[in-house]
Amino acid sequence: MAVLLKNLSKSYKEKVVVDQLTLEIKQGEFFALLGSNGAGKTTTIKMLSCLLTPTSGEAVLLGDNVVTSPHIVKQKINVSPQETAIAPNLTVKENLEFVARIYGANKEQARQLAKNMMEQFRLLDKAKTKAKTLSGGWQRRLSIAMALISNPKVLFLDEPTLGLDVRARRELWNILEQLKGKVTVILTTHYLDEAESLADRIGIMHQGKLQALGTANELKSEMEMDSLEDIFLSLTEEGVK
Amino acid sequence: MRFVAFSSRNQKEIIRDPLTLLFGIGLPIVIMWLFTIMQGNMPMELYRIENLAPGVIVFSFSFLTLFSGMLLGKDKSSSLLMRIFVSPLKSSEYMIGYTIPLFIIAFIQIIVCFITAFVLDLQFDWNVLVAIIVLLFNALLYISFGLLLGTFFTDKQVGGLFAIFVNSSAWLSGTWFSLDMIGGLFEKIAYALPFVHAVDSTRFALKGEYSEILVPSLWVLVYTLIIFIIAIIGFKKKMKS
Ligand SMILES: Nc1ncnc2c1ncn2[C@@H]1O[C@H](COP(=O)(O)OP(=O)(O)O)[C@@H](O)[C@H]1O
Ligand SMILES: [Mg+2]
Repeated sequence: MAVLLKNLSKSYKEKVVVDQLTLEIKQGEFFALLGSNGAGKTTTIKMLSCLLTPTSGEAVLLGDNVVTSPHIVKQKINVSPQETAIAPNLTVKENLEFVARIYGANKEQARQLAKNMMEQFRLLDKAKTKAKTLSGGWQRRLSIAMALISNPKVLFLDEPTLGLDVRARRELWNILEQLKGKVTVILTTHYLDEAESLADRIGIMHQGKLQALGTANELKSEMEMDSLEDIFLSLTEEGVK
Repeated sequence: MRFVAFSSRNQKEIIRDPLTLLFGIGLPIVIMWLFTIMQGNMPMELYRIENLAPGVIVFSFSFLTLFSGMLLGKDKSSSLLMRIFVSPLKSSEYMIGYTIPLFIIAFIQIIVCFITAFVLDLQFDWNVLVAIIVLLFNALLYISFGLLLGTFFTDKQVGGLFAIFVNSSAWLSGTWFSLDMIGGLFEKIAYALPFVHAVDSTRFALKGEYSEILVPSLWVLVYTLIIFIIAIIGFKKKMKS
């Protein structure tokens, strides 16, 4: 099991933001956490990547507990944060090498890894471009490449296509598609089509709770509805708890 | 050496914004030159080059506060720090990573200012070397202030607060007028703060009065430590929320 959550919860004072999340994700699975703004997706990712301490419950990544052995977990995961996280004055190549090196690669290894990433993400002709001058779509692409360069066993992508235009989104999907089976991916999104076209399994999150879990087809037959959109709307209605 | 990668990235970020850097190095040269001309026309003990140079160099360190505060503030808002916190980089490593490049800039400032001071008739002797060591130590104080500002404020707010910081630290440093000319509460406040001590310790070093260096240096040391500690604790807290 790549990821194992048992009653994982987070609250701020009285407010429960993530509520008793229980979930298993297999190695190599592409998992989408689907939910509207404020559902608790980012908070979940932050707990799983050792940035936030859970209020209660347990999260185990590849056999290691995120609370008790964060240093082991950190070496095996990487995150592409919701807001693009790049060093603005560094070039594309330097950004990639920088991340490779803070994960322990030496100079030569970092150079090679950066080259591989630039090939995979078709960033080669932008290698010497400063990150801040890239368009939003390319910045996001770089941000994801920076998350992948450390060779994570589990990759978290927090709303990777948020704010991108249709074309940039499609191109990014094509790249994400290639990751399937190679690395365990946990992607959060509020785009239904994104979850449906990319993910092996989908978890629908609403007000901190996991409302439904399964493949798109499983969800449809279970709910006796034809579209993910109808399912999503009925599960996230006002007053649904 | 993970922190080397991080500090080299920080170095690039700062150097590639050359306007502020040039200002931080160029302004003290101009000031020293102007005040020396003034001193030639109306002899004032305070503006003799051996009194002036320590004050101006310490003044130029306020730009270290600006650089470190802006960089940290910017990293926070661009969520690059989230990326770094997810990585295996330890909190001590990122603080060192921010400090090293600024320390190098401090060294450049010191050398450039002393060369200017020699041109303006400062005598070269071994005391200069002692003064350089004392100055490098004082630079840490200003870097710590920057990390403190960057921890609690955004890069835009740091810009505004820097205006206040540079003014109050300059007024209270005893560089531009001697504090006992005003005396009273003003002088008491100045001596309760570390800025005048930083200037004093450097002046003593340059005069060769080594036994006098210890007390003002202790003031600087205590402030530096306290501010670093507050910055690190605040920083950890910020990232956990
Ligand atoms: N530090 C915090 N203090 C209080 N509430 C928070 C904090 N961080 C997030 N929240 C709240 O938690 C809820 C879930 O946020 P988030 O996980 O960012 O949702 P999502 O990523 O699904 O849009 C939101 O209502 C948000 O306001
Ligand atoms: Mg979010």
